[in-house]
Amino acid sequence: MTTGNGTGRPLLEVRNLVQEFVVRAHGGVRGGVVHAVSDVSFEVRAGETLGVVGETGSGKSTMVRSVLQAPPPKSGEVWFQGVDLATARRRRDLVAARRQMQAVFQDPYGSLDPKWTVFSIVEEPLAAYRTGDRRQRRARVEEVLDLVGLDPSVFGDRKPGQLSGGQCQRVAIARALTLAPALIVCDEAVSSLDVLSQAQVLNLFERLRTELGLSYLFIAHDLALVKQVSDRVAVMYLGTLCEVGPAEELYRNPLHPYTKALLDSIPSPDPERPRPRVPDELAGEPPSPLDPPSGCRFRTRCPRAADICAAEAPPVRAARPDHTVACHFPLSPVAPVSPARHGGDGAAD
Amino acid sequence: MTTQIQPDAAARTGDPDAPLLTIENLEVTFRTRDAPVHAVRGVDLTVYAGQTLAVIGESGSGKTVTSRAVMGLLPRTASVRGSIRLGDRQMVGLGEKELRKCLGREVGMIFQDPARSLNPTMRIGSQLTEAIRVHLPLDRRQARERAVELLAMVRLPAPARRFHEYPHQLSGGMRQRVMIAIALACQPRLLIADEATTALDVTTQAQIMDLLLDLQQRFAMGLVLISHDMGLAASYADQVAVMYAGRVVERAPTREMIAHVRMPYTRALLDATPRLERPPHAPLPVISGRPPDLRALDPGCAFAPRCSRVRERCRQERPELAEHQPRHEWACFFPCADDTIPGEDER
Repeated sequence: MTTGNGTGRPLLEVRNLVQEFVVRAHGGVRGGVVHAVSDVSFEVRAGETLGVVGETGSGKSTMVRSVLQAPPPKSGEVWFQGVDLATARRRRDLVAARRQMQAVFQDPYGSLDPKWTVFSIVEEPLAAYRTGDRRQRRARVEEVLDLVGLDPSVFGDRKPGQLSGGQCQRVAIARALTLAPALIVCDEAVSSLDVLSQAQVLNLFERLRTELGLSYLFIAHDLALVKQVSDRVAVMYLGTLCEVGPAEELYRNPLHPYTKALLDSIPSPDPERPRPRVPDELAGEPPSPLDPPSGCRFRTRCPRAADICAAEAPPVRAARPDHTVACHFPLSPVAPVSPARHGGDGAAD
Repeated sequence: MTTQIQPDAAARTGDPDAPLLTIENLEVTFRTRDAPVHAVRGVDLTVYAGQTLAVIGESGSGKTVTSRAVMGLLPRTASVRGSIRLGDRQMVGLGEKELRKCLGREVGMIFQDPARSLNPTMRIGSQLTEAIRVHLPLDRRQARERAVELLAMVRLPAPARRFHEYPHQLSGGMRQRVMIAIALACQPRLLIADEATTALDVTTQAQIMDLLLDLQQRFAMGLVLISHDMGLAASYADQVAVMYAGRVVERAPTREMIAHVRMPYTRALLDATPRLERPPHAPLPVISGRPPDLRALDPGCAFAPRCSRVRERCRQERPELAEHQPRHEWACFFPCADDTIPGEDER
């Protein structure tokens, strides 16, 4: 039960996802509709890791929460193992799907109950899904704690306050693994850890992927970190996907000006490499999702913007079968015809 | 970037070669209910005008405690020993009032979280003019003009309008610009940035770092970057000091350090950092274990329990930081050679 559905369709397929929130004006902040996620489509294939990068406010966290149906999106489809979660009429379908789709969040302390022991935290999903008897549950908890590198006899009785950040994150991962899910959603799961614990947890994710055949939807703002774990990477800006492509190719040959700007902003540990350089256009702040720009959302900060960018939202086009970009003036030539969806294999719906 | 001193800096500081900040044998101990925590254990650091020093380390390495000791921002449970000199003025042992007077004009500091460093109930203009008027003899109108000037200098869009806004109306990047404006209100000679760009996006980080380096050059300030990010240090600092368990374990000019890493801990940090040049799914070479408990340290090298090059001597005796090569100091008995392959020491 750890692989895809075997029908050749992707494990997770998100189509035209839209999430919006109504906010009231307060203390000098304008009210209105926050366009958090606007018409986003992508897929996660069985056994692969899709990385999503984007800056604060790009909507990446809202997007994964919409995928997890917490809260459900305003519109769009979220197909997971053959079931559209967004329209699943029967609660049973949603519950069954969620079992196969677990999440690890950023704050390792905040996402664990400080009063619970490590053992009961990791056991809880089994209890919630009424899985196995007490002895079987105990065996499963010990198994997953071993899997994430925590000795159950040492850590089982501890509470989150007695653990380091890296250990807490391992507990959160163990909890996500107990129900043997097919997909793990990681929202900035290693961002708050120190370099060395971060590397340890990243290696753990990789080991679990190969050993258990897991798929990941891996959200982070750090591009180097996302590349480390991803087969494909999606770049998000102000609620839309700019570019989706195989990790190595997207980083070597970015098509969207925003992807390039992000890559150029990263300081390299190699002092011989040039200092990060941000184009002047990019200086300043991203526009508010309360009032996103017409046409291409990146146009107000784009060095290549022209009139058409304000008039029309750029269609999704493919440079190569698996590398798509939504831009009127991409950095390399792309096919003139739209293949309909980001990261899709060309099949229009 | 070179460490050339600007002519106006020489004019301001008198002797251009005199260090702005000299920390010698700094020790900071926190009293706790059980055992005292030796957070900083004999740190020496020197900062010159126009120079950028990066202090790199993980949480608990003592980098932040060191910077807070300079600013006199440690809680009462901390006892500070050693010497912190600003120019030729000794800061350790000064009363709070004297310290404030001395620091406010000379040293500015920006922190990681600009949202929590600003008062949410005050307009940013008032917070800025307050900082100016405490230290400079300006009347309200002059201070206001200076404040708007400062906001423009840190490239805050629409400074005259932002002057009347509250912190929550600004984005994280804009708040950090306001913090920089406040820190620079009195043209300090030294600016300490403690993880100042960690919470910001990469594009914003690049802009803020550009701004900081530009201002540093313009005013020939000394700049101390406290960070966990080797990339940031390599890109922006002239000199790097790596801290582990309350001590400086390696220090060198940036290029020298990265090209010829000697301390196995520095090597481990560099190897474990994800890089754009690495192919996806390549396992990161990473050491196991955790930093030591600062309440009960063994007599030997604090890094010994995690070190791949460890030998018996490392557990018995503590290596001191010493200049083994010109301008390159490290504290290790068995340093890495230039040809130590990254990852070779795994496990």
